[in-house]
Amino acid sequence: MKRVALSGNYAVAYAVKMADVDFVAAYPITPQTPIVEKISEFIANGELEAEYVNVESEHSAISACVGASLTGARVFTATSSQGLAYMHEVLFMASSLRTPIVMANVNRALSHPLNIWNDHSDAMPERDCGWIQFWVESAQEAFDTTIQAFKIAEEVLLPVMVNLDGFILSHVYEAVELPDEELVRDYIPSKPLINRVSPKLSYTIGVVGPPEYYFEMKYQVLEAIERSRNNINNVNKEFSKIFGRKYGNINNYMMEDAKYALITMGAVTGTAKFVVNELRKKGEKVGLISIRCFRPFPMDEVIKLLEDVKGVGVLDRALTPGGPGHPLYTDICCALYNAKNKPIIQSFVGGLGGRDILVDDFIKMFEIVKEVSEEGRPKPCVYIGLRG
Amino acid sequence: MKTWKEIPIGAMIIEPGSSIEFDVTLWRVFRPVLDKNKCTKCGLCWIYCPEGAIMVKEDGSYEINLSYCKGCGICQKSCNVKAITMVREDEKSST
Amino acid sequence: MLEIRWHGRGGQGVVTAAEILAIAVINEGKYAQAFAAFGPERRGAPVLGFTRIDDNEISLRTQIYNPDIIVVLDSHICDMDGIEDGLKDNGIVVLNTTLKPEYYSEKFKNAKRIATVDATTIAIKEIGTPITNTAILGAVTKATNIVRLESIEKVIKERFRKEIAEKNIKAVREAFNQTIIFER
Repeated sequence: MKRVALSGNYAVAYAVKMADVDFVAAYPITPQTPIVEKISEFIANGELEAEYVNVESEHSAISACVGASLTGARVFTATSSQGLAYMHEVLFMASSLRTPIVMANVNRALSHPLNIWNDHSDAMPERDCGWIQFWVESAQEAFDTTIQAFKIAEEVLLPVMVNLDGFILSHVYEAVELPDEELVRDYIPSKPLINRVSPKLSYTIGVVGPPEYYFEMKYQVLEAIERSRNNINNVNKEFSKIFGRKYGNINNYMMEDAKYALITMGAVTGTAKFVVNELRKKGEKVGLISIRCFRPFPMDEVIKLLEDVKGVGVLDRALTPGGPGHPLYTDICCALYNAKNKPIIQSFVGGLGGRDILVDDFIKMFEIVKEVSEEGRPKPCVYIGLRG
Repeated sequence: MKTWKEIPIGAMIIEPGSSIEFDVTLWRVFRPVLDKNKCTKCGLCWIYCPEGAIMVKEDGSYEINLSYCKGCGICQKSCNVKAITMVREDEKSST
Repeated sequence: MLEIRWHGRGGQGVVTAAEILAIAVINEGKYAQAFAAFGPERRGAPVLGFTRIDDNEISLRTQIYNPDIIVVLDSHICDMDGIEDGLKDNGIVVLNTTLKPEYYSEKFKNAKRIATVDATTIAIKEIGTPITNTAILGAVTKATNIVRLESIEKVIKERFRKEIAEKNIKAVREAFNQTIIFER
């Protein structure tokens, strides 16, 4: 074990190296580029034996990854924002062809106006493409989750997207514990995958799925991602035994006796944690839930954690224009609708296009949650820091 | 029909050459008939057939496998010596 | 927790300075974060960098608005309006300037300590270019007690090629020795 200072991006690159990836295809885009730069450096230096393919677009990057994955190779790619949007149609093929690709998506806003800063509007439109989605809070978690992602992907034969926030995580240097490479390689040994294409084994891939077959095919993906809940739980357990760090589908903080809570995703959870500590010092019973595994969505865990909570605020960092609510809020409402005891649920949107969510903003959110809980009904969505 | 559990993962067709099972005999209106006396064994029909339904025999002569012929007539058009004629399937008995 | 805001211009190594300090204190066993004002990087344009240091794991993910320490790598920028904004009471200021620290005691009203060093001259002499990030680290080390000089030197050795590292370490030591401190 080695304690080093790494940016979130480099933490991912080191995880990819230790996972002994065979194939990488990617196209540079801010704020993701340092990941693939570092990986190509590893390959050029001979520290990682892998094929790196320079492609002309993200659409080609993910297409090359699908092809490589079907040969049984361990495959990685990384992208952001417009790049992920450009991959959109192929993401569905990757999951339906059951290719265990691991992708780091460094979250960045979508144009227009052009914006390279952080929010969650790139990954949210990809909720329904059949990929497992993780969201991480720190460089350490980015490293650990990338390692886990390969194991989970190869067990359930589904692609996994590891989301890390652009700049506020991807470009922040912080302390990361890097385990010994052998330990990681023992943890995720290379194994032959089923349906492997080779010159000796010919399969027909990418078939037409007529009405008689399409439904069954899609149900396979649904069933696999549902089944992945077990694999993810086991991987988390095994990981904490070997590496000592504990992760769940949700990371909850001070929820044991919390009356009011916030639900967040990604790196801003850290700032929210800071605020929970401050409010706890003043005797406020507040807690925090961060959705780490967004797909499959941790319904049961959310219901259980919120059983005795009076009010909960849900912070979205992406919009669903014209929808019944913004993405995370809608999922939480859906999860809680049939729960016996449910809190008042208040929707918040903040931090779009890289606007900093400040300590005071989180304090305000907790105040609003408390206020609407006492009134017994939520306000319309509160847009944190919006002028006018 | 196969259930979702029985379909190979990723909807792959894992048996090679499965198109052999696909008989299109009933798809045709016209059937190609090859006159072996006129045929010069040039192989143009074999090249042009989009279904790969024309077979080369060991002696170099050609034969049309009607199980895979959809009756498109491309072989007839490609034949320079007019060795192939298209015959209506429903007039089979009268020819 | 200690929060540091770095001011400079693109190309002077502001972000590298923030990172070297963070890596040095992480190597000493503490926790730290280093980052730039998030966005595109342009040579010559004013740039902000940030470092957070704590004995415990740091969870905050915001930019730094109320720094304990302000460090300025560029002598033009020392006089810029607004760079004193948000400095905590009894804060520390480290400036690259040919002037004496007393000269800035009005601008940084609530600073308890102001340190100055002519980092540009040192950088030109030792490194051959006016890249002041390593020299200023010598001044930061002297003006604060957040890091040991050896820790900074070790990171520089790991980060740069041998000859370049040696020149930069000379600049760090030279700046450490030349730093003038004004205490209020």
